Amino acid sequence: MIGRDLLGIERLERAEIERILDTAEHMREIGTREVKKVPTLRGRTIVNLFFESSTRTRASFEIAGKRLSADVINFSPSTSSLKKAESILDTARTLDAMDPDAVVVRHAEAGVPQRIADVLAAPVINAGDGAHEHPTQALLDLLTVRQEKGCIDGLTVTIVGDILHSRVARSNIYAFRKLGAEVRIAAPPPMIPCAIEALGVKAYTSLREALEGADVVMALRIQNERLAGAYFPSTREYSATFGIDRAKLRFAKDDAIVMHPGPVNRGVELAHDLADHRPGVILDQVRNGVAIRMAVLYLFAGRQPAEAAR
Amino acid sequence: MNRILLRGGRVIDPSAEHDEIADVLIEGERIAAVGRGLRADGAEVIEADGFWVTPGLIDLHCHLREPGQEYKEDIGSGGRAAAAGGFTAVACMANTHPVNDDPATTDFIIDRATHDSPARVYPVAAATKGLEGVVMTEMVALVEAGAAAFSDDGKTIMDGGVMRHVLEYSRLVDAVVITHAEDQTLVGGGVINEGAVSTRLGLRGNPPIAEVVHVARDLILAEFTGGQLHVAHVSTKGAVDLIRQAKDRGVNVTAEVAPHHLVLTDEATAEYNTNMKVSPPLRSEEDRDACRRGLVEGVIDAIATDHAPHAQHEKELEFSAAPPGMIGFETALAVVLDLVRSGELSPLELIRRLSTHPARILRRAGGSLAVGAPADVSVIDPARSWIYDVAKSYSKSRNSPWDGATLTGRAVATLVNGRLVYDVERGILI
Repeated sequence: MIGRDLLGIERLERAEIERILDTAEHMREIGTREVKKVPTLRGRTIVNLFFESSTRTRASFEIAGKRLSADVINFSPSTSSLKKAESILDTARTLDAMDPDAVVVRHAEAGVPQRIADVLAAPVINAGDGAHEHPTQALLDLLTVRQEKGCIDGLTVTIVGDILHSRVARSNIYAFRKLGAEVRIAAPPPMIPCAIEALGVKAYTSLREALEGADVVMALRIQNERLAGAYFPSTREYSATFGIDRAKLRFAKDDAIVMHPGPVNRGVELAHDLADHRPGVILDQVRNGVAIRMAVLYLFAGRQPAEAAR
Repeated sequence: MNRILLRGGRVIDPSAEHDEIADVLIEGERIAAVGRGLRADGAEVIEADGFWVTPGLIDLHCHLREPGQEYKEDIGSGGRAAAAGGFTAVACMANTHPVNDDPATTDFIIDRATHDSPARVYPVAAATKGLEGVVMTEMVALVEAGAAAFSDDGKTIMDGGVMRHVLEYSRLVDAVVITHAEDQTLVGGGVINEGAVSTRLGLRGNPPIAEVVHVARDLILAEFTGGQLHVAHVSTKGAVDLIRQAKDRGVNVTAEVAPHHLVLTDEATAEYNTNMKVSPPLRSEEDRDACRRGLVEGVIDAIATDHAPHAQHEKELEFSAAPPGMIGFETALAVVLDLVRSGELSPLELIRRLSTHPARILRRAGGSLAVGAPADVSVIDPARSWIYDVAKSYSKSRNSPWDGATLTGRAVATLVNGRLVYDVERGILI
């Protein structure tokens, strides 16, 4: 049922998503044991190929792999292929010759995991590619919401912030839509991508309208240094108009939860206390991240070669 | 004297509004006669029954990469690929290393072409030194050296004051100024068309308005200066509309469109295939259809390949780092024959846009089968079905969107200056 690679949520069926979530429920229990390790992936080699630096996601994948007893190798070509004069496909071919059982790819540019998957025999798991997709983030968000709300169907999810540059937004739009939620986005107009309605969402420039009746409010990270002045005038103005705090949260449902993919710019897109306290669920998301990545590694890297063949 | 009789073909000569079955006799470097039942009298006979016999195709816009990037292409390999695609002449852009911005480089290109290329090569010189958009090139000296037109193609002359003076000064030399019209501040680093596809893929979008805004500026400058503007690779409905309005007002402007913008859309980029990355980018269906309509209605005067070779290792980079461009000499004819098959263009009107108009825009002979004209002739089998195997291309590069595709229509013989330089069975002959 599940394809060879996990490149994005866009291509997953609802049943596949649910299978990953159900598997993650089991995996989460392993993390509560005294000995947090099972032999499931013993003898398997998983390469974390991170072209873009990432502390959190890489650590999460590494812990997930180790809890399943896989040999996890971190490989971080520090610069783009343009600078080191080796193409991404050459890097992929080199890696392929070392026969890994799965390769987890993170790159600052959209499409790189797919192109690596095109030349690699092993399954490729996308750990975030540019502004394209971040499927494991969306899966851990689904898992978190499912725990909180029981099910996803019929919920209203409002994603707030830099949709234009966000892989988290795209993956979550696909993920929550496929599981039956209504998805809204809200952002200053320059950060609303062209033709975003084609993904089945409604775009708002009024945060208040976007939050009306929302069950889930997801704030996205604002890359201050890159965006302020170009896409919105200042972080102060952004925070005043689109930052999520308890006052603005009153427009959402009383039991709405607040999520953030991290790391949080406290006081910019999210108020301090929401980053730490309910209805903020940020650390639950992180905890679920390990379980989701264990499930993904188990389902994609744990198969016999014949089963995993294209 | 060399004598060749092309016998029994459908002779299509837009310069004479001529489209009927006839023979064409070539003597030496010239067309000697066109008519029925011409006697061979010892001439070499090429049977053209079922084929089109047309003035040689002329490509207004290509990149031959020599001097400086011979690992991608050189004047010889590019010229052979052109001849194999039915082109008897090509105009090569100035973005070589060094840039073709002085008479010595122009002279070098012409000299190389004389020795290495079966097709004629018309160098387009830079409009500004180093393509930097600041200091005008010596247009008078460049035209004397053989430059056919001026362009900073690949780059846009963003400074309106500089473009004004380039257009004004070009009136001295009777050569067109070819604009690569994209407002770079609006392109904003975009690598594919801004639209639903760029949003889905998470790639930075290059909005159609970047082209439209810049075309508007250049049309206003052309109207104001009286300079002769030629708009390269039109890709948007907005640009087509503006050019149509300008022509209606009598502005001195011509325009070209590339084959890929007539048949492909940004959906072709959906798998992050860098061979589909081109500048300007593949656009929406609406833009593509407007380009087709513009070509049919004569708003767009010519088809130009924008043949842009790049090495495989360069195209294997990240999408934004991979250089834009696709090769096109060998596939252009088959691709644009689509407009004849669809009924949008008659064969005569297609050849006008592939030969007669490009010759006129470049101020060069060609585009005609009149008696006494240079014997540059393409023989085309419009119905031939073939599979394009880019590994066998005469080009040094492999960045074609049509590798492995089954195409319909192909040049079966190419004659330049009275000599048979290409034959589909035997390949390049010189």
